Amino acid sequence: MKYIDEFRDGNVARRIATNIAAEVNPHRSYHLMEFCGGHTHAISRYGIADLLPDNVRMIHGPGCPVCVLPVGRIEYAIQLAQIPHLILCSYGDMLRIPTASGMSLQKIKAQGADVRIVYSCADAVSVAQRNPDRPVVFLAIGFETTTPPTAVAIKQAHALGLTNFSVFCNHVLTPSAISHILQSPEVRQLGLMSLDGFIGPAHVSTVIGSRPYEYFAEEFQKPVVIAGFEPLDVMQAILMLIRQLNEGRAEVENEFTRAVLPEGNVKAQLLVAEVFELRRVFEWRGLGLVPYSALRIKSCYAGFDAEQCFQIPMTSIADNKACECGAILRGVKRPQDCKIFGTVCTPENPIGSCMVSSEGACAAHYSYGRFRDASPVVKVN
Amino acid sequence: MHGGKIKRGYTRPLDLKNGHIEMNHGSGGRVMTQLIEQLFLAAFDNDFLRQRNDQACFSCTSGRMVIATDSHVITPLFFPGGNIGSLSVHGTINDVVMSGARPQYLAASFILEEGFPLADLKRIVDAMAQAARAAGVPIITGDTKVVERGSGDGVFITTTGIGMVPEGIHISGENAKPGDKILLSGTLGDHGIAVMSLRENLSFHTHIESDSASLHDLVATMIVTVPDIHVLRDPTRGGLATALNEIAHQSAVGMMLYEEKLPIRQQVSAACEFLGLDPLYVANEGKLIALCAPDDADQLLAAMRSHPLGSQAAIIGEVIEDSHCFVQMETRFGGKRVVDWLSGEQLPRIC
Repeated sequence: MKYIDEFRDGNVARRIATNIAAEVNPHRSYHLMEFCGGHTHAISRYGIADLLPDNVRMIHGPGCPVCVLPVGRIEYAIQLAQIPHLILCSYGDMLRIPTASGMSLQKIKAQGADVRIVYSCADAVSVAQRNPDRPVVFLAIGFETTTPPTAVAIKQAHALGLTNFSVFCNHVLTPSAISHILQSPEVRQLGLMSLDGFIGPAHVSTVIGSRPYEYFAEEFQKPVVIAGFEPLDVMQAILMLIRQLNEGRAEVENEFTRAVLPEGNVKAQLLVAEVFELRRVFEWRGLGLVPYSALRIKSCYAGFDAEQCFQIPMTSIADNKACECGAILRGVKRPQDCKIFGTVCTPENPIGSCMVSSEGACAAHYSYGRFRDASPVVKVN
Repeated sequence: MHGGKIKRGYTRPLDLKNGHIEMNHGSGGRVMTQLIEQLFLAAFDNDFLRQRNDQACFSCTSGRMVIATDSHVITPLFFPGGNIGSLSVHGTINDVVMSGARPQYLAASFILEEGFPLADLKRIVDAMAQAARAAGVPIITGDTKVVERGSGDGVFITTTGIGMVPEGIHISGENAKPGDKILLSGTLGDHGIAVMSLRENLSFHTHIESDSASLHDLVATMIVTVPDIHVLRDPTRGGLATALNEIAHQSAVGMMLYEEKLPIRQQVSAACEFLGLDPLYVANEGKLIALCAPDDADQLLAAMRSHPLGSQAAIIGEVIEDSHCFVQMETRFGGKRVVDWLSGEQLPRIC
């Protein structure tokens, strides 16, 4: 497959692996965080850890849109779905996230609520057009990648004069989450967690560009390499980060030049700015309250804002005590450090959100990597 | 009183062009008989059905018999390369032949939704009849029920098949042994992608056709060459990954696959790529996995490749010892990963 196979070539991977092995300083370790779930998925699916020296450790970051949504907002969506005649449209992954009481959109659906999986928010607008006498709410989640399409859907619904369509907006912002991790006491004061550099987001960066990361590189002296989601992108980015660290540099470099410009996608940014504005504060699962880290719908589009249309109180609900999703999302713990990983919490019965989405660190480790925790496999020839 | 002839009541023939299924098509009366005779019997026609009994009576030789049943509920009902009718015949025949058996007879049960177009039903029934005839496996008994509009999804078809296992053949999912080679008869994911390309909210243009096919002849060819095949399985729903995990657990072994050996069409890879799916989990309806001793593998592969339904067969991995029963894969990239059971449905990535 053109433009895909080239970025999954095993021979090139082994060459990069050889370079990494030759260039790492054996007397130090490298703790690199891949922010995005897409990178986490690629690392697990292609077995990239097998190609890295022992002193290069990948830390999974919070960049999984399903994982970072706090339980309170899932609970809100569940309450929305229970409004008589209402149709709740959602991306598929959201349906399985359990609340504290074990309820989920999937369970509510089985009990009769009209919850529909859509592949894009444009589909949700079509549902609203086909059902003019029923309220239709789109459960909008995601980082900067999914925000422009939501903006388009709201503008489209506005142009069509739809009065039964609204969006439950949960769009969040990547740079503020990265800042928050860098400023967390675990990283800054306590030194609990070593964090030497970042693999910067792929798809998010196509929208926001590479400039927003310059602040971290400068302020926190941490190198950032923006990388695509293909496995060779990740390998190359790891090599670039190791080179920066060895040379004492902390710069923003762009490995994903085939898609990311320094200024990003200006048209998409303008669309987002037209429809959304910053929230003063937003709760993230694992990170807690993060200032200026999310978007809400502007008052001129208030008619499309589900939080304004439906008077449901928003509550903050604590995570299950045994679940370590919070620490895992901050990179402080690994999935296998959680007591309930793979026992009580599995992809079939997820307790925490990191086990729900394939981009979540726990699901990725469970599905692709857990044989590494088992005793070595005996191979028969 | 004058004795006269009673006129035969005129019954308007079934309107197979513009008619629809009505509740009385399932009521047991004349209308139902008419549906059975003019549609099902006309298409499936054989000596057993012509007897018009509620059951089919046949004699059999001594030996081991196999029975398998499969319900078919698919959306859409018609897809490139087949429809629910042909699928319901192929699916059940394949379940029977994965034991090494020669399929003998089929039974078919229909649940029809009120309002379903008779023209569509005829297309489905004709496809079933054609598939059954091509495989030489007659449909010898059946049943029809009609449910109210909204209580079904057009047509549900359950088929049951029986077959005879040849002397000396012992094929079962619990027979995999460390060292066995894993063979696959052809490309992965064709059926699943063909069906998905037509789903209402996904529709994309593709030339991929479903691989739906009856594998009885391929299996017969394989058994003649290597009678000691350990395991046969058709990787239908849940794809290759699910089938191999099932076998690994049945036999308490692990497996190691080699990604670069997996035959996958470029169009299927591309569709999986943009839908965020893994072809290892996408359904197949005309493929099989075979496990055999390493010494038999090359011979079995040659036999498979000599058959049109196995022309792209490949050795894709081997059975290893592993108390955790993990199915693992050496990626083309050079790393290793688990090929786990599918959890829930495969969903596209969000970000």
